[in-house]
Amino acid sequence: MGHTFAEKLLARNAGLTSVQPGQVIDATPDLVLSHDNTAAIIRTWRQLELPRVKHPERLAIVLDHAAPAPTTQHAQNHAEIRRFVAEQGISHFFDIGRGICHQVLCEEGLIRPGMLVLGADSHSTHYGALGAFGAGIGRSEVAALWATGTLWLRVPESLKITVTGWPGEWVSAKDIGLYIIGQLGADAGNYASVELHGETIAQLSMESRFVLPNLMAEMGVKNAWMAPDQVALEWVRSHQQDATSEFAAHFFSQAVYPDPDAQYAAEFTFDVTELEPQIACPHAVDNVVPISQVAGTRIQQAFIGTCTNARLEDLAVAARILHGRRVHPGTRLLVIPASAQVLRAAVRRGYLDTLLAAGAVIGPPGCGPCMGNHLGVPAPGEVTISTANRNFRGRMGTRDAEIYLASPAVVAASAVTGCITHPAELE
Amino acid sequence: MRISGKVWKYGDNVNTDVIFPGKYTYTLTEPAEMAAHALEDLDPTFATAVQPGDIIVAGRNWGCGSSREQAVLCLKAAGVGAIVAVSFARLFYRNAINNGLPAIICPAAAAALEHGEWAEVDLAAAEIRSAAGVFPFPPFPPSVQRILAEGGLIPYLKQQLATERL
Ligand code: SF4
Repeated sequence: MGHTFAEKLLARNAGLTSVQPGQVIDATPDLVLSHDNTAAIIRTWRQLELPRVKHPERLAIVLDHAAPAPTTQHAQNHAEIRRFVAEQGISHFFDIGRGICHQVLCEEGLIRPGMLVLGADSHSTHYGALGAFGAGIGRSEVAALWATGTLWLRVPESLKITVTGWPGEWVSAKDIGLYIIGQLGADAGNYASVELHGETIAQLSMESRFVLPNLMAEMGVKNAWMAPDQVALEWVRSHQQDATSEFAAHFFSQAVYPDPDAQYAAEFTFDVTELEPQIACPHAVDNVVPISQVAGTRIQQAFIGTCTNARLEDLAVAARILHGRRVHPGTRLLVIPASAQVLRAAVRRGYLDTLLAAGAVIGPPGCGPCMGNHLGVPAPGEVTISTANRNFRGRMGTRDAEIYLASPAVVAASAVTGCITHPAELE
Repeated sequence: MRISGKVWKYGDNVNTDVIFPGKYTYTLTEPAEMAAHALEDLDPTFATAVQPGDIIVAGRNWGCGSSREQAVLCLKAAGVGAIVAVSFARLFYRNAINNGLPAIICPAAAAALEHGEWAEVDLAAAEIRSAAGVFPFPPFPPSVQRILAEGGLIPYLKQQLATERL
């Protein structure tokens, strides 16, 4: 009997010939991520009274969630993290302005197919886009990993999702992801490993692929996986300043692929040929409708950003829509690139000039207002349309504010009209 | 170990942003401060009225969303003794166990228990008792029981490391 991606990867990681869903293994991650929450993790780790972290070379720390620091307390946290990084000799440290953790680690070539990556962040599922096993864990667990290098993991059941068909011009990976979550529900993937298969997935650009494993966190999944291929390698290599030929040779050396006769707990197929742009309505990510049902809803804020949708292709589509147009009076458009690399490329290609000419506000690379720390907190009663992955009540810092989630194209079009708008309507 | 108190009953898909808003995650660190904001965006009456030992009873997918551990810590600091639900989101479940807060999957009890009634959770007997009846739940695996008994992953690890040093 064959095995799924998760079973094969976790068996190899634990040094076992095979594992079954439900089995608990001792896993040794190749990389352990934390971000601004590193300050809290340091305090927990200090309780263990150890002089050194076990594998400093396996830690990656990115300051992105509230960066640059909006308050003294945030600044103190950052300072504490910088001291710890120096004290422990942590080389994979990315200070404020480098970008959102998930984007930065992928750009930096730190994520390769077949790696086990555990992160103190629920969207660590992101790394599945490059064929890695990425899963979120808690802060105490990261402290435990710093101390011992290993952590218990339950081998998950696997779900196979196949996507077929090619949707129309204004339908993107974001719409496909929201559609799947809307159809299956917010707990459909709880504890499970999701594998994304099918011709549609294989044809997506790398930047679009990142959207899906990232969004799958909103179905409660442990990890989400896509087959890594040349498109993945080329994307990573194009972001490396000094990529060598060994880098390419090494890239796939640990890759794991599911067996053709693997056993899945459930299989789903979605044909997206007829799909309209999808919108997740307040206050749940699985509260998804086609855009025709909510078109015309007034908005006050439009936000293009976050680890889900702030890469170069997202800024490209926004620039294309906003070219020669203005953001609607009474509406503000925030654009926060996912990383410094994205920002530089957007400057070079003239996207930022287009966006600024249209009246957009550009923020420094990082999470921005995604989780309500700073840089775009809505007022009570206001409505935001956002390219993020989460629209829970209070998510952006204000309880009585509404958040709609959509693709970058829909958010850009809505910024122009001041209400939820299908981009095709502007033409 | 027995936990008894009043039932606070909530629905499905209660997420970590309403349990502990993201805007506080890097600034509130004291347990008492965290407790004061517990469930702030879901039930503003909770934080002032909850008593030590009270039990949260919920539907499906309690704690979905973020990996933030404060979603567990704020409830623990507020005095919550256990959470009984139809199901938990996996990150919340791990965080609860790792911080010594029993997270009990028991659909029958989650359906039967009423808001405001008294209930008792008996971890050793793996039973929940209330006026509505007695509801058994599957006992925790031994590894999880050890973590819960030590009050969480870090105290457990501390003890393990101390034993290794001997
Ligand atoms: S952009 Fe938002 S979802 Fe992504 S890592 Fe930052 S806070 Fe989390």
